[in-house]
Amino acid sequence: MQGKENKKTSFFSIPWVQTITASLICILLGLLIGFIALLIINPENAWDGIVTVLKNFWNYKQATKQVKYFGQTLVKMVPLLMCSLSVLFAYKVGLFNIGVAGQYVIGAGASLYCALGLGMPWWVCLMAAMVFGAVWGAIPGILKAYRNVNEVISGIMLNWIGLYLINTILTQVKNPTGKDTFTVASKNPSALIPSLGLGSLFNNEKTVTIAIPLAIIIAVAVWVLLSKTRLGYELKATGLNKNAAMYCGMREKFNIILTTAIAGALAALGAAMLFLTDSMQWECTQSSVPAMGFNGIAAAFLGGLNPIGTIFSAYFIQHITEGGAQLTKLGYFSQISDFISSFIIYLCAFVLFFRGIMNRKPGDRAGRSKKGGKKA
Amino acid sequence: MSEYAIEMLHITKRFPGIIANDDVTLQLRKGEIHALLGENGAGKSTLMSVLFGLYQAEEGEIRKDGKVVHITSPNVANDLGIGMVHQHFKLVECFTVLDNIILGVETTKGPFLEKTEARKKVMALSEKYGLQVDPDAKIEDITVGMQQRTEILKMLYRDNEILIFDEPTAVLTPQEIEELMVIMKNLAAEGKSILFISHKLNEILEVSDRCTVLRKGKYIGTVDTKDSTAESLSAMMVGRSVNFHVEKQPCHPGDTVLSVRNMSVASKAHKKMAVNNVSLDVRAGEIVCIAGIDGNGQTEFVYGLSGLEPLASGTIMLNGKDITRSSIRQKSIGGMSHIPEDRHKHGLVLDYSLEDNIILQNYFEPRFTKHGFLQRRAIREYAEKLIEQYDVRSGQGPITAARAMSGGNQQKAIVAREIDRGPELLIAVQPTRGLDVGAIEYIHKQIVAQRDAGKAVLLVSLELDEVMDVSDRILVMYEGEIVGEFDPKTTTVEELGLYMAGAKRATEESDLYLAGAKRKEM
Repeated sequence: MQGKENKKTSFFSIPWVQTITASLICILLGLLIGFIALLIINPENAWDGIVTVLKNFWNYKQATKQVKYFGQTLVKMVPLLMCSLSVLFAYKVGLFNIGVAGQYVIGAGASLYCALGLGMPWWVCLMAAMVFGAVWGAIPGILKAYRNVNEVISGIMLNWIGLYLINTILTQVKNPTGKDTFTVASKNPSALIPSLGLGSLFNNEKTVTIAIPLAIIIAVAVWVLLSKTRLGYELKATGLNKNAAMYCGMREKFNIILTTAIAGALAALGAAMLFLTDSMQWECTQSSVPAMGFNGIAAAFLGGLNPIGTIFSAYFIQHITEGGAQLTKLGYFSQISDFISSFIIYLCAFVLFFRGIMNRKPGDRAGRSKKGGKKA
Repeated sequence: MSEYAIEMLHITKRFPGIIANDDVTLQLRKGEIHALLGENGAGKSTLMSVLFGLYQAEEGEIRKDGKVVHITSPNVANDLGIGMVHQHFKLVECFTVLDNIILGVETTKGPFLEKTEARKKVMALSEKYGLQVDPDAKIEDITVGMQQRTEILKMLYRDNEILIFDEPTAVLTPQEIEELMVIMKNLAAEGKSILFISHKLNEILEVSDRCTVLRKGKYIGTVDTKDSTAESLSAMMVGRSVNFHVEKQPCHPGDTVLSVRNMSVASKAHKKMAVNNVSLDVRAGEIVCIAGIDGNGQTEFVYGLSGLEPLASGTIMLNGKDITRSSIRQKSIGGMSHIPEDRHKHGLVLDYSLEDNIILQNYFEPRFTKHGFLQRRAIREYAEKLIEQYDVRSGQGPITAARAMSGGNQQKAIVAREIDRGPELLIAVQPTRGLDVGAIEYIHKQIVAQRDAGKAVLLVSLELDEVMDVSDRILVMYEGEIVGEFDPKTTTVEELGLYMAGAKRATEESDLYLAGAKRKEM
């Protein structure tokens, strides 16, 4: 980890090196602050604590258990990766998709209702999540394109509308004995995403499905779409300069709506890819928007706003979240894990900030000199 | 005491890949107006940034009153009495003139602002130098000229002795430029030393005592302005003699290419029509120029023509086809090219590379897009061809960010893109704004070449020299209407000026529009 930071300055002028270095600095700072917090609460176990967070599934002695929990971490990485792809896709087109949490909720609701209420097969449920997520995501886009409503405001509002809407709908498929929905396996096993033998690689962990490779394929597809295709060229141009996009005849309003719809579909698909594995059930009385969407924002920035980078950042964030959950064994109260992981996630947002600092270093002022110096 | 207020001796400033200033010497005498002349990218701004403490020079020294000083930050420059009026003003829009002047050096009484003394001082300065301002007006409500006077008062209020004006006339109307010239002379007469950065030769000749010329970062020389001519200065600036007069053959117009009838465009600023019932024709092989003072509907006319703004009424025909309701893309494919007025707002995606900007109007063509995928190799080849053909200069060729290019080269890239599409009609709106003489000469040549190749050209310009030199036919626009049509060979700048200011207008129907029909009778 630290090796990269000791390289020479010329190496630092390469953009992707800067991004990776900045991400690593954020992670180290986050861990340091988490460590200090553990020191304050219980100095004796602090070092063990931070090691526990980082080790996650390696905390288990038997290899079989390690593999199983590694699988579970990957399963939960999938929705986080999809949410961060949603955020970065919109971000590249100049939109801040804070509505990702609401789109995630819609995806969960649509997929679970299709699975439990309507008895649809898994692939129909995934499609339904995508369609409803796209429609939900398009609402702020339409408002933005035609009425210039700030997508952050409309996105946040829709998060809450979405949450209570889905709570209401999913109460119909709630298990009467608790707050949660029925498990998919108990009502409609055909709606479980198939494993195609992947589960056997992870000590028969049932929740490991083709959703994991699918999410990685989608990340690569997003990268290809943004950097190689005509559509990506158009969307990015619209995001960077709406007026120029209009001038050269691009349908800039349509592009904004299309972007938010794609972003919504990605986030909603991510939710479906989690809930259709039975990894967790929807709690119909929850009164806060799931953190998954917001963590997606952090993962997008930690991954340097690069679809491939987000594969790693999403995994890392899920890794420490799972690892943190095991801290209770060392006598820390259970919230401490959230506390540490949120600090790291919080610092993730500083990736761009650290990149800025790196660019300001003397001898590496190419960016600034071009802006300031060559105008004369 | 030294005879120089400030001396910059043998300054060298390097950036990765370029030497922005290479052994540059600039000596500013006390009480003189010293012009700093150079093309875009010659290193004028870098030199001023070094003087202002924004950059540190690698070599050379700066002396004030003969003593070596180290200007490590703009604060040091302020303490030394160096003040600057930036090309883009640094004013708080919603503050008053007075508040802006005292901002940063406010006097206080306890926790409260004490502005009585400040007001007295500002009014006294305003009187002394003839800088009329209303101290209580908000910046957003006053004219650009008055904003600039506020900036000047800011420097004087801080008792600055060395005043730097960075291209101060670029944003002013001709009358305001006249006033500024008088103000600068007053300031110099009162003992202030002035550095005047410009590439407008006539202004330099009019106002400055001496002139230092830079070219490609190198120091070319310092001359007394009274011994110089526009030709000698421009030769120093671009390194060769520049032809101010546009060479062109007589015009042989062909068929009508563009035909606009009764076009009106609603205004965003007021309830009246920004463009009111305008009709005009542009024929193949002629350059028709719409002249007028800024803000008389030229911008909206072009927006309406290109499709950026909806029409309130009227029809547009291109090569006999009605394109009134066509989309921007359809018009573009149908043969309309448009060099926009604002190259940063419309012309370029600044964060895209040069090559991506070059394909902005034709990225969707099969040669650049196959099955939805961009053909990077074809794009690179095409960009390299245009860069070479149109001499677009940049740090890293096709992959340079458009933002990192100089204004002249950005404009050349747009001109290359729009002309290379082989349009039937070329609309060029202020194509040479903010460019240096070398680039202006080049762009004018390209426009004339289009005409000679039988294309129709519609030029919109605020520069009367350009209007007279380049066009074959002049239409004057005043308050959204065409008020007169002129032949540049028979009319004068004064005559045009009267029409542009609304003092005169053609009364006969035939003079106003349907000019094409009229000419057919001739």
